[in-house]
Amino acid sequence: MHQATSATAPRLELRNVSKRFPGVLANDSIDLSVAPGEIHALLGENGAGKSTLVKIIYGVLHADEGEVLWEGAPVGIADPHAARNLGIGMVFQHFSLFEAMTVLENIALGIEKAPDMKALAERVVEVSHAYGLPLDPDREVHTLSVGERQRIEIVRCLLQNPCLLIMDEPTSVLTPQEVERLFETLRQLSAEGVSILYISHKLEEIRALCDRATILRGGKVVGSCDPARETAKSMASMMIGAAMRELPTRTGRISDKTRLEVQGLNLDAGHALGVSLKDVTFSVRQGEIFGIAGVAGNGQGELFQALTGERTVHVAQEVLIDGIAAGRMGAAGRRRLGMCSIPEERHGHAAVPEMSLAENFLLSGYRRMKLLAGGFVQAHAMAELAQRVVRDFNVKATGIAATASSLSGGNLQKFIVGREILQNPGILIVSQPTWGLDAGAAAAIHEALLTLAGNGTAIVVISQDLDELLTLSDHLAVINLGRLSKSMVTVDASIDEIGLLMGGLHGMTEHQPEQTEGGVHVA
Amino acid sequence: MSLRIEERRELNLRMFYLTPLLAVVLTVVAGFLMFLSMGYDPFLGIYHFFVSPLLTVYGLAELGLKAAPLIMIAVGLAIGFRANVWNIGAEGQLTIGAVAGGGLALALIDVEAFWVLPLISIAGILGGMAWAAIPAFLKARWDVNEILTSLMLTYVATLTLSALVFGPWKDPMGFNFPQSEMLSESATLPLVLEGTRLHAGVVVALLIAAAGWVVMTRTIIGFQIRVVGQAPAAAAFAGFSRKRLIWLSLLTSGGLAGLAGLFEVAGPIGQLIPSISPGYGFTAIIVAFLGRLHPIGIIGAGLIMALSYIGGENAQVEAGMPQAVTGVFQGMLLFFLLASDFLARYRLRFDSGGNAADLRKEAPAE
Repeated sequence: MHQATSATAPRLELRNVSKRFPGVLANDSIDLSVAPGEIHALLGENGAGKSTLVKIIYGVLHADEGEVLWEGAPVGIADPHAARNLGIGMVFQHFSLFEAMTVLENIALGIEKAPDMKALAERVVEVSHAYGLPLDPDREVHTLSVGERQRIEIVRCLLQNPCLLIMDEPTSVLTPQEVERLFETLRQLSAEGVSILYISHKLEEIRALCDRATILRGGKVVGSCDPARETAKSMASMMIGAAMRELPTRTGRISDKTRLEVQGLNLDAGHALGVSLKDVTFSVRQGEIFGIAGVAGNGQGELFQALTGERTVHVAQEVLIDGIAAGRMGAAGRRRLGMCSIPEERHGHAAVPEMSLAENFLLSGYRRMKLLAGGFVQAHAMAELAQRVVRDFNVKATGIAATASSLSGGNLQKFIVGREILQNPGILIVSQPTWGLDAGAAAAIHEALLTLAGNGTAIVVISQDLDELLTLSDHLAVINLGRLSKSMVTVDASIDEIGLLMGGLHGMTEHQPEQTEGGVHVA
Repeated sequence: MSLRIEERRELNLRMFYLTPLLAVVLTVVAGFLMFLSMGYDPFLGIYHFFVSPLLTVYGLAELGLKAAPLIMIAVGLAIGFRANVWNIGAEGQLTIGAVAGGGLALALIDVEAFWVLPLISIAGILGGMAWAAIPAFLKARWDVNEILTSLMLTYVATLTLSALVFGPWKDPMGFNFPQSEMLSESATLPLVLEGTRLHAGVVVALLIAAAGWVVMTRTIIGFQIRVVGQAPAAAAFAGFSRKRLIWLSLLTSGGLAGLAGLFEVAGPIGQLIPSISPGYGFTAIIVAFLGRLHPIGIIGAGLIMALSYIGGENAQVEAGMPQAVTGVFQGMLLFFLLASDFLARYRLRFDSGGNAADLRKEAPAE
């Protein structure tokens, strides 16, 4: 199935590859070599240069300096088309699929010559069975789970018989069981001689899967190792360039006082591709962190809106804030009752990109911090509070006149988190608090949330990062297809059970054909 | 060889405020060339259009007279534009304001009291608001596009005015001309400069611009409007009511347009006639953008656009140019403004084939 390879030359070799963007050297003389059949990890924090490097390999970007060798011979990879012709396939972190089309139609669209649909369907079934990637070619994509969608992308690559498969953060959207299944597929490919370049920042996964790891920091290769011989901690310190900071132990106790109670919450999807919330029930006590796990697109966005009041529900009693029925209150009313929130999207949702930090403080802070006098903004008090957030939460910015868009993701998130914490919320609803942040910023945010809970705030953390929830939360529940599981005590919860809840129910209840598929999953 | 358009990395703030001036200069240059190609003496044409109206007290007074409604309307429109509420129908709101206030003035034609003028002014504001309330309701309730509704209502408004002055409100002593009786002394705006037509409306317009500036920069309402315009999701997060801001911006702009319409009737015209505005409601859209949606900028832009009206009239009288010259200059000004805005934001690059192709040629040789 694969081209014969020379025994000595590495499949892919990069020599001295550099790529400069205005103001930043994204890749600084990078050397990398991947042997045939090797599973090679590319490890680094956000901004370390991983994405730039694989985009160069896949022909999306072009190196300023250095050379790319394929099977020992120098090549110029002009565009992704040329990369595919060489035998390079890539599965992107964000899928490019048409939701309203079938699996087969989506795969056909990615193939350059118009294929014979019947023969293609047979090939898809053949390949998907050979690699343990069960797919029904006639299912429409919008009915599929994220894991199943990823299989489409992988099968799409495998149809081209790749010699090198690039996987960009493939497990960030998968359940633990799906991750295990993916690893089996990748090991099988590797045994057949396919090289795999595996991009991730999840250290345990890399230890379990990869033969070798190259670690990037600040655009440079800072080391390479055999992951099986390292500990997660030793690789993390190479990745960050310093020892990991330990999270503080929790101070303060969870009291018996319930701050937030959600009783049989229902909400319509709102638009065609949304998810309806059905009968969501949970409660959070003073000083407690309640985690909501789940694979993306299972109603997390709708739940955030329903909890914060960005969308109201029909029955006021479905959301109780300190015993007050708040289901029909908007965001302003709930904030008055002491509920603050931190949305997932920082630019344009949690903050206005083109406005200054001072004005962004005003955005959510003017009611609780009493920044108005007769409708007029108290500019001095506003500036003082924004300044305090910048100082107390160690936000790196040129000043409070800096626009939100001029800050890095981590610093803007520190500002946003600080802004809400400074308002001393009774309840805080947080969605994906450390999404896209480097380890240092993520640790600072985790620390701030733990301190806040220690001071008695009831916190709801909605996150797709299970590790984050296991670190932070006292109780957690899993959202799937708009339904929330029973809550469990985090320290007693089994990863297997959480994983089953995250993906298990999907398709079995609503899509009958999936049940037969389910049998293939297990096989 | 191909043309590429690239976004400039840094938006040059100085350019943002300089482009309106650049647009004015380019309009003068293009006007010069236009006069030349039409066989007029270009220097004389430019002189009659841009300079001679400014040399007499009467000319300056006319400038203020025409700038006042433009400024008033544009300040209101700018508030909506910042919130992404596109009221294109100020001309209609102006007309209904004139109908409401003017109609009340006709009903009170025999009353001589100080309160008549304030009362009909309020009626003018309410008339404009009522007309703007229709698109506001449709947008807030069913998300109907306000550009279409407000624009189409303009034609309903002008036809309503015509129906009234051709019919029930026609002056019985007016030799069957389609016009109402002249308004009473108490329903007429006082002059601020004797011997000219410049009335108190110009003072009101300046006060409105100042108030608009304070609202947009100092109050929470202004802040909310800016947030809704720039980041609607952030406005939802902060708990700002989108519907309330739709109502607020449409009623404000409608009310100010209505007042401007009433001021035309209670000022220079003095009665209701089928056409009370030379397109102030539409020209004010240009004024709002030329003034960068900023009240101070709008005062300057209002004066420039007023000059285009007066200069056009002057050029007709003095140089025998066609009436269309006013429209041509207004159009050129908007065109140059949009073009220079575009070039301030993007850069054009001519290149032969692009970088990708260059790399393709080089790479194998390495």
